[in-house]
Amino acid sequence: MQLEINIYRYNSETDAFPYMQTFHFNKPDRDIMVLELLNLLKEQDPTISYRRSCREGVCGSDGMNINGKNGLACITPLSEVLKGNKLDLRPLPGLPVIRDLVVDMEEFYAQYEKIKPFLQNDSTPPEIERLQSPEDRDKLDGLYECILCACCSTSCPSFWWNPDKFVGPAALLQAYRFIADTRDTRTEERLDALSDPFSVYRCHGIMNCVSVCPKGLNPNKAIGSIKSMLLKDSAKSVEPIRVIEQA
Amino acid sequence: MDGFNSSNIKVINFDALIVGGGGSGMRSSLELAKSGLNTAVISKVFPTRSHTVSAQGGITCAIQSDDPNDDWRWHMYDTVKGSDYIGDQDAIEYMCSEGPKAVFELEHMGLPFSRTASGRIYQRPFGGQSKDYGKGGQAARTCAAADRTGHALLHTLYQNNVKEGTNFLNEWFAVDLVLNSNNSVCGVIAFSIETGEVAFLRAQATVLATGGAGRIYASTTNALINTGDGLGMALRAGFPAQDMEMWQFHPTGIYGAGSLVTEGCRGEGGYLINSEGERFMERYAPTAKDLAGRDVVARSMVLEIIEGRGCGENKDHVFLKLDHLGKDVLDAKLPGICELSKTFAHVDPVYEPIPVVPTCHYMMGGTPTNIHGQAFTQKEGVDRIIQGLFSVGEAACVSVHGANRLGGNSLLDLVVFGRAAGKFIQEDIKSGGGCDDPSSDDIDRSLTRLNKLNSSNSGYEVAEVKKELQEVMQNYFGVFRRGEFMEKGVQSLNNIREKIDNLYLKDKSNSFNTNRVEALELQNLFEVAEATAISALERPESRGAHARDDFPERDDANWLCHSLYNPVNKSLGKRGVNFKPLQVEAFPPKIRTY
Repeated sequence: MQLEINIYRYNSETDAFPYMQTFHFNKPDRDIMVLELLNLLKEQDPTISYRRSCREGVCGSDGMNINGKNGLACITPLSEVLKGNKLDLRPLPGLPVIRDLVVDMEEFYAQYEKIKPFLQNDSTPPEIERLQSPEDRDKLDGLYECILCACCSTSCPSFWWNPDKFVGPAALLQAYRFIADTRDTRTEERLDALSDPFSVYRCHGIMNCVSVCPKGLNPNKAIGSIKSMLLKDSAKSVEPIRVIEQA
Repeated sequence: MDGFNSSNIKVINFDALIVGGGGSGMRSSLELAKSGLNTAVISKVFPTRSHTVSAQGGITCAIQSDDPNDDWRWHMYDTVKGSDYIGDQDAIEYMCSEGPKAVFELEHMGLPFSRTASGRIYQRPFGGQSKDYGKGGQAARTCAAADRTGHALLHTLYQNNVKEGTNFLNEWFAVDLVLNSNNSVCGVIAFSIETGEVAFLRAQATVLATGGAGRIYASTTNALINTGDGLGMALRAGFPAQDMEMWQFHPTGIYGAGSLVTEGCRGEGGYLINSEGERFMERYAPTAKDLAGRDVVARSMVLEIIEGRGCGENKDHVFLKLDHLGKDVLDAKLPGICELSKTFAHVDPVYEPIPVVPTCHYMMGGTPTNIHGQAFTQKEGVDRIIQGLFSVGEAACVSVHGANRLGGNSLLDLVVFGRAAGKFIQEDIKSGGGCDDPSSDDIDRSLTRLNKLNSSNSGYEVAEVKKELQEVMQNYFGVFRRGEFMEKGVQSLNNIREKIDNLYLKDKSNSFNTNRVEALELQNLFEVAEATAISALERPESRGAHARDDFPERDDANWLCHSLYNPVNKSLGKRGVNFKPLQVEAFPPKIRTY
């Protein structure tokens, strides 16, 4: 069977507009990953540009839009995504395209840096490691594994709309990773930094982030936890309601 | 983008320039950024895409969590033995004794280690580990964050570099070293992959932290980016490479895909079986069994396959059995392996064994350095420091791994020597170290390769030549080696050289041109492959990972030494191994059994 593969092409030096280029390719005998297919096409046409590194789903380089859904090309088998014999490959949506399947990740990384993605602890560290119970360490599972592939944030309509002000699911997941870490002492400060109307509250629970995460993580749950902590925080600062005595 | 010369490219000045944004590079840069020096990391990928991210099982270090009586000297003994006695004992001593500090620092930086019931860092058994200098049984010395330790480590280091404000030149590619008239290194020629802009990055200290080059082989656990760029640059500049015949084949690469399955699987109780269902490592290594040195296990697997006890239709792999550990253990300790195995082997380890085969994994050789990361060359048999050049991590050969690296020692190597180089460079620069400016001719010379490639109108296709190179290395320089085959291999490489020098760059664009990057990477791969081939052919003995069936014995009388490959005349020399640790007696060579 011949596969029809349509790849988004754009080179700012030569193209006024992006276009879809069609490649015909004999369907391989075995089920290969989308990245392997791209590598084979690149042997024919070395001008196709995309990022790749680990080719096993841990480095997060090759996030792209595969037949309409964001995913990592290296761990997405053709059998899971082909529609008939057709495959459309486009860059991650919502970020500026540099070339072909390569997007400019600057805004995505800027949001990551904004949440101060590093452990902050005001006490002097002991001679050995800081102790942490296995139960407390378990709180980081489902958070620390993020590979910054941007599949989630670039599938999120709120991020498309306000990429400069809405932190986005990936960075919010990391914000919660540090809030949840019992070794971090800046929880209040971290929550304060997210309390404006945009940073976290632009999440409307659309859940695209959850359905596309190639690592099976749940940014929506982390965002929910941040929101409820913010709510408790604000409840604390409100004056208790007094019952007005009847005259 | 053609005709670059010293007058039409930008110069950017730094105190220290780290080439490579993996574990060793970012540990160096962290130390330097904290010191206030003007430091930059140049990385061809965004740093968290570096291959350190794929390390799984852990970082080996005597932190006395699993065993309060553990001793860094026992770790040192294991490492010396694992190296088949050509690891430098001063460097191994430094790594094992400084290790705990470096690991605790990582924890303080936020690395999410798994924990024991008492809240300390979780340690698991790994291959080649012992207590009491081999007399006290199996140790559990590898500190782990589940089976994602490399990911956790790399992200933690990136995060802390963000915190300290390190400059990153991300998606910049280093082309060649710039040398002045004294042969000191003054920085690199590099270009922005995104825009094609070329610059001379001038630095007082240039640190090659470019990792391994497993992509010289057709089948490897290494990322596609592991193309030995730093070593390629050093070899082209005429600097030597040490112990290049020593390549580790990891026993458990997923059959067909090459992805790594951590040794931690066997540390947690998994074991290898042949087509008869036999746990065959009991025959080859009666004491350590599946946790013998990686070289020993890999050879045993190949022998099983050669003798017809391989698994599958073609009897060309064996099985790693994990199902007896149960779902709870696998979910808690090896979640990443379960994920990889389902994706790439279509097997759920909870129910079925994983098909595995020895796969090229790690380059023990590299640019020779001392424990401060200072690179050196030799003149008339005497080590001479190369002013301005440093190397750390897999790119370097310090040498703590000798002829065979122990599992979990690579991550320790990265952080210990990344940190050490950072500390040394601070002092060096503050006390006036550095190098004289290069002349415009010196700069132009380092632009030659890029200019030639850019102006190519015809020539050889990058993808085809790369395949040819990888097949030669796979066929002639694998787990078992033989002189007559290796001679053929060297001959084939001679033929490929002409193609390497005449690659055709079809894509001339300046915008995110990956065709250009891949062509330059291939030229680096070739330099590394040639060094490997000649070193392997000219070491007539079997030691560690270098197993020759025409010279099956270890030859301590003639080869208890490093090999030193000279790229200028493509010859192999010898260099003494350090047997002078400072705090303990040296461990003398013994017959190596597990």
